[in-house]
Amino acid sequence: MLVLVEQSLNGLQFGLLLFLLAAGLTLVFGIMDFVNLAHGSLYMMGAYFAATFVAWTGSFVFGIVLALGATLLLGIVLEYVALRHLYGRDHLDQVLATFGLILFFNDAVRLIWGPAGLALPLPAWLTVPVQIMPGVSYPAYRLSIIAVALAVAAMLYVVVMRTRIGMLIRAGASNREMIGALGINIKLLFTLVFGLGAALAGLAGLMQAPILTVQIGMGENILILAFVIIVIGGIGSIRGAFLAAIFVGMIDTLGRAFLPDLLRKVLSSAAASTAAPALSSMLIYLLMAIVLVVRPEGLFPAAKR
Amino acid sequence: MNFSFNARNVVVALVVLGLSLLPVYSALSGNIFILTLFTRIVIFALAAASLNLIMGYGGMMSFGHAAYLGIGGYAVGILAFEGIGSGFIQWPVAVAASALYGLVIGALSLRTRGVYFIMITLAFAQMAFYIASGLSRYGGDDGLTIYKRSDFGGLINLSNRVQFYYLCLGCLFGGIYLIWRIVNSRFGMVVQGIRSNEQRMQAIGYHANRYRLVCFVISGMICGLAGALLANNTDFISPAGMYWTRSGELMVMVVFGGMGSLFGPVIGTIVFLLLEEVLSQFTEYWALIMGPLLLLIVLFARGGIMGLLGRMSRD
Repeated sequence: MLVLVEQSLNGLQFGLLLFLLAAGLTLVFGIMDFVNLAHGSLYMMGAYFAATFVAWTGSFVFGIVLALGATLLLGIVLEYVALRHLYGRDHLDQVLATFGLILFFNDAVRLIWGPAGLALPLPAWLTVPVQIMPGVSYPAYRLSIIAVALAVAAMLYVVVMRTRIGMLIRAGASNREMIGALGINIKLLFTLVFGLGAALAGLAGLMQAPILTVQIGMGENILILAFVIIVIGGIGSIRGAFLAAIFVGMIDTLGRAFLPDLLRKVLSSAAASTAAPALSSMLIYLLMAIVLVVRPEGLFPAAKR
Repeated sequence: MNFSFNARNVVVALVVLGLSLLPVYSALSGNIFILTLFTRIVIFALAAASLNLIMGYGGMMSFGHAAYLGIGGYAVGILAFEGIGSGFIQWPVAVAASALYGLVIGALSLRTRGVYFIMITLAFAQMAFYIASGLSRYGGDDGLTIYKRSDFGGLINLSNRVQFYYLCLGCLFGGIYLIWRIVNSRFGMVVQGIRSNEQRMQAIGYHANRYRLVCFVISGMICGLAGALLANNTDFISPAGMYWTRSGELMVMVVFGGMGSLFGPVIGTIVFLLLEEVLSQFTEYWALIMGPLLLLIVLFARGGIMGLLGRMSRD
């Protein structure tokens, strides 16, 4: 029971992190029709910036705020210098160009920070276990990830659904030419949205950093998970991304935690320990396959154009 | 095929001639390195050519082609590990396993289009990567050393560098011939028709997805063969060889050379791998140059090298 609660919270936390990453991807895709493979690199850069700035300033919170700003800035520069020229191009071109950016970022990080990973140590006040239920305690830091991510998700909802800029974003997603014709500075809007997506990716990266090590390529595997989430949730749909992210986070975490034991009940222990790791990493892809068979458009497809 | 002396055909002829005579040069100059380098290039060219079949002619942007390299390789590696050394068994198994994977993945992925298709093939290839990492009997993450190359009786000796090179080259030319035949067959015409206008082909009465799926599977089989060659070349197979960046590299090779042209992927592979080789001699951080270069090529050189040559010969 205790393990179940703990693992469910882990799954929720992982799912929310995935949502932050997927939200940026799906926003950028929904509005600019742009596939950004380098989104995972922004996630990685967020983590590296955080590790660096926290070490420089000596303050966890201050360092993280700086890192967020740096990732936002990086995203805006990236959009301005390179990516805006790719809007309206074939998706294949976008995939290849941003694949080139991944190569670039990985080697740039290796050049600047070296091949060894970095650690982002937590301040003492975040390492204490918190009692969430009688007899069940959970690390404060993971709880704060859940809180921050939920807050960001709520904020994103309010911004997109309840503000003028959100209205423009939604309008841009449904008809780009039209809002351009109505006198909206669409280039600026695109840059802003891209920066927002970059900041969300950076936030996910820097929040994950203290749990795992900060290393080259850390954004790649999680980027593919974000893709799976977008496919399951329906491209361009933030609500779909949110639900699919939690779903995937839960299944992945719970699968890894409990599948080995479950298999051991059915199979011999040797066979189970061989099959379990492969099967648990397959789970979410199986889920994706099932969704594809049942609803090729994803569970919550964005409004049809 | 009526042959004319334009820049495109001259370059293709030179490449074919150069690849065919490379072992002679290597023997005369004593430069063995160039032979091993080009063996690798020829194998990747076969993989890129197979990807070109679905990308260039079929309009299916698969971002998971490295999975077949891994499947073909693991078929050879696992059979060798279990004591079955004959290439007459290993290679057909490699191709058949690739076909099976392509059939399942293709049937699922082809339910979608466009970006979804790119993402889904990528995700499934990553799944294959994780499965390979989980094969603890066969080395797991660390991979599996292949102590003996595929055995073809007295027919051909794969441990002989020159013989192996010519075998790879034969597979490449054979593969390209096959693709040429497919593209110009009735089947190939239908597939290309579906690429340009799916609805119209459906309306005429073709079952678009069946044609796509068959094309997808054939491409995977050719790439699986390339995987079997690659495993023999490196005497080693590991999940790292089927990581998703490898799929990206294959796409780059195809686009570098020119999608939808028969020899484009061969030229793209030569350029890409030579560039990688040269850049990595200059600096350890070759991707710092390769990455932005790729961006520039995508931005400014549409149609790749073959497209460029085509424009030159039209002027």
